[in-house]
Amino acid sequence: MSVLLTIVTITLLAAVFGLLLGYASVRFHVEGDPIADQVDALLPQTQCGQCGYAGCRPYAEAIAKGEADINLCAPGGETTMIALADLLGRDPLPLADAEAAAKPKSVARIIETDCIGCTLCLQACPVDAILGAAKQMHTVIEEECTGCELCVPPCPVECIIMVPIKETPETWRWPFPEPSPWIKEAGNG
Amino acid sequence: MAEQPTPIWDFHGGLHVDDRKAPSKASPIREAVIPKRLQLPLQQHIGRHAEPVVRAGDPVLKGQLIARASDYVSANIHAPTSGMVSEIAELPIAHPSGLPALSIMMEADGKDRWAELPEPIPDYQEADPADLRERLRWAGIVGLGGAVFPTSVKTNVTGKQVDTLIINAAECEPYITCDDRLMQEQPAQVIAGADILRHIVGASRILIGIEDNKPEAITALRETIDTRGQRDIELRIVPTKYPSGGEKQLIYLLTGVEVPSHGLPLDVGMVCQNVATAVAVAEAILQGRPLISRVVTVTGQAVAQPGNLQTLIGTPVAELIEQCGGYLPGIHKLIMGGPMMGFGLHSDSVPVAKGSNCFIAATEAESPDPVKPSPCIRCGECVKVCPAQLLPQQLYWYARARDFDKTQDHHLFDCIECGCCAYVCPAHIPLVHYYRFAKTEIWAMEREREKAEHARRRHEFREARLKRLEAERKAKLRKKKEALAKKPASGKDPKKAAIEAAMQRVAAKKAGQEAADPASENEKN
Repeated sequence: MSVLLTIVTITLLAAVFGLLLGYASVRFHVEGDPIADQVDALLPQTQCGQCGYAGCRPYAEAIAKGEADINLCAPGGETTMIALADLLGRDPLPLADAEAAAKPKSVARIIETDCIGCTLCLQACPVDAILGAAKQMHTVIEEECTGCELCVPPCPVECIIMVPIKETPETWRWPFPEPSPWIKEAGNG
Repeated sequence: MAEQPTPIWDFHGGLHVDDRKAPSKASPIREAVIPKRLQLPLQQHIGRHAEPVVRAGDPVLKGQLIARASDYVSANIHAPTSGMVSEIAELPIAHPSGLPALSIMMEADGKDRWAELPEPIPDYQEADPADLRERLRWAGIVGLGGAVFPTSVKTNVTGKQVDTLIINAAECEPYITCDDRLMQEQPAQVIAGADILRHIVGASRILIGIEDNKPEAITALRETIDTRGQRDIELRIVPTKYPSGGEKQLIYLLTGVEVPSHGLPLDVGMVCQNVATAVAVAEAILQGRPLISRVVTVTGQAVAQPGNLQTLIGTPVAELIEQCGGYLPGIHKLIMGGPMMGFGLHSDSVPVAKGSNCFIAATEAESPDPVKPSPCIRCGECVKVCPAQLLPQQLYWYARARDFDKTQDHHLFDCIECGCCAYVCPAHIPLVHYYRFAKTEIWAMEREREKAEHARRRHEFREARLKRLEAERKAKLRKKKEALAKKPASGKDPKKAAIEAAMQRVAAKKAGQEAADPASENEKN
């Protein structure tokens, strides 16, 4: 008798909790992938594709699924890699393309006298930062340019150049104070 | 003289440093000569840079607006003398980076002719505070104590209750005496400006905080207050201790009220203004004059005649030094600001800006080069002297490790960069340099984040647009196909019918012609 009672009770409980969980999964359903969102928020949104994915969002989704390493973003550099490592609890990795990451931040500029107005760069720009129309001169809106370089290869007359962003007193950063060689020797201990 | 009616509180930490004010203190303010060329940086204040409203070649008069405030937090710039705009270009400015910035260069014509100025507002007590603020905004007045925050913004207290206006007359940094001389020579303007500011912010009382190492200024101010007979202005003498002139420190000294972390004096019902700002306010309201000059202290052991000069904004520092007898042998460094918070200039071709209160031509003995730091031994001296009650050594460790989240957890942004910690550090660690490094890194990261967010929005918008265009194209194609598919079903194609009709008409015509032809042929024959 008591065995039967136990079985019935456990079954009932299982049914109740099952229903509860089922209801919760419908009621509190989250659209999309919250981890991919968090990863995407840390990426620099240049949409440059240097990671091998079609943009920041696809890379974020690949990271969230565990398909991609966290060290592929060149424009984000080490800062982004470490932020991703912190977020996901993964081990920091050396950057996959340290050379690309070391490049100074740049923006595209069109040599306007050479532009033939073919609109190919317009179609390549992921953030609509190039202004122009067919057979009209094109120009880059500097503030909107992310420096992804995607407009450079499509240009048939090679009139797009990458210009490093000039440092101004407002964007200037205090350099890291020179570490004393003595401190290095002592090794912080 | 009456006894101090209220106690003076004492803030945490601080230092008693050798004030070294003597060389410039004794010399009255003299007018600096109008330079031939003036350089006016578009960014002399906190906020957005001003937009030039003149072009190269334009003649300008003294006091004429040449660059307009481009945002709410921004400030107008006026021509300091009459002459001609020669160019708008990137020119050297006084900045720790040594980088140039967009500036208006003008050639003085030496005539010093005034432009038409707005009417003075002598009965300011009856005026609307908003109108007075608008005048301060027009005059391009910013905090002249060094923070250069637009005064019209700082005095906008809409929706807040202000009971006390604090006038910062502490001038606590060594060497600097410009405010001291201003109070000695123009006490009436100081008090008048303070009274105007009080009216603007709607405060019921004014507290003037002054260090006890300025007895002449104290006497001058007290006499003026007595003559005006204003009982709501109180002069409070505070002991000389650096940095008593820090805004939050002075407020605590005078009232015992602590301004909360990340908060403003406004949050505790106070507004704090510097004495030089008060004088500029008085000139703007009572004389209708814009801010085009300021008192600058030129001092140090490597300048021949230290003194205080009423200098036009835009005057190159080299000319100012020349008017003080030039450099002496042994010149090692040129510092802008005080020795504690100032920074070394890369060149003396930079101009005097609104915030330039002092230039120190220092010898090596006065301002020795930094020595090699040794490791932090956690002695805690820095903690003892920090007037913001922070933990400088913790901040140092985190800044060094680039752990910027942790620096912010330890209230990095409450650091006023007064330099007390670095001054007492027995290991000679450039602590403030680490904090400035951390602050600018955090700001840069903030800018990057904002930029990324902006780029994401634009990218998403583009994706959505491309999708929409594709959908529209497909819909159009589908419609066409549907139309094509529909027509044959509804009977004869009108096009085909038209062609058939035309063919029938031609056939009929031909038949008619053939019938008539033999007849005509007969006629001919």
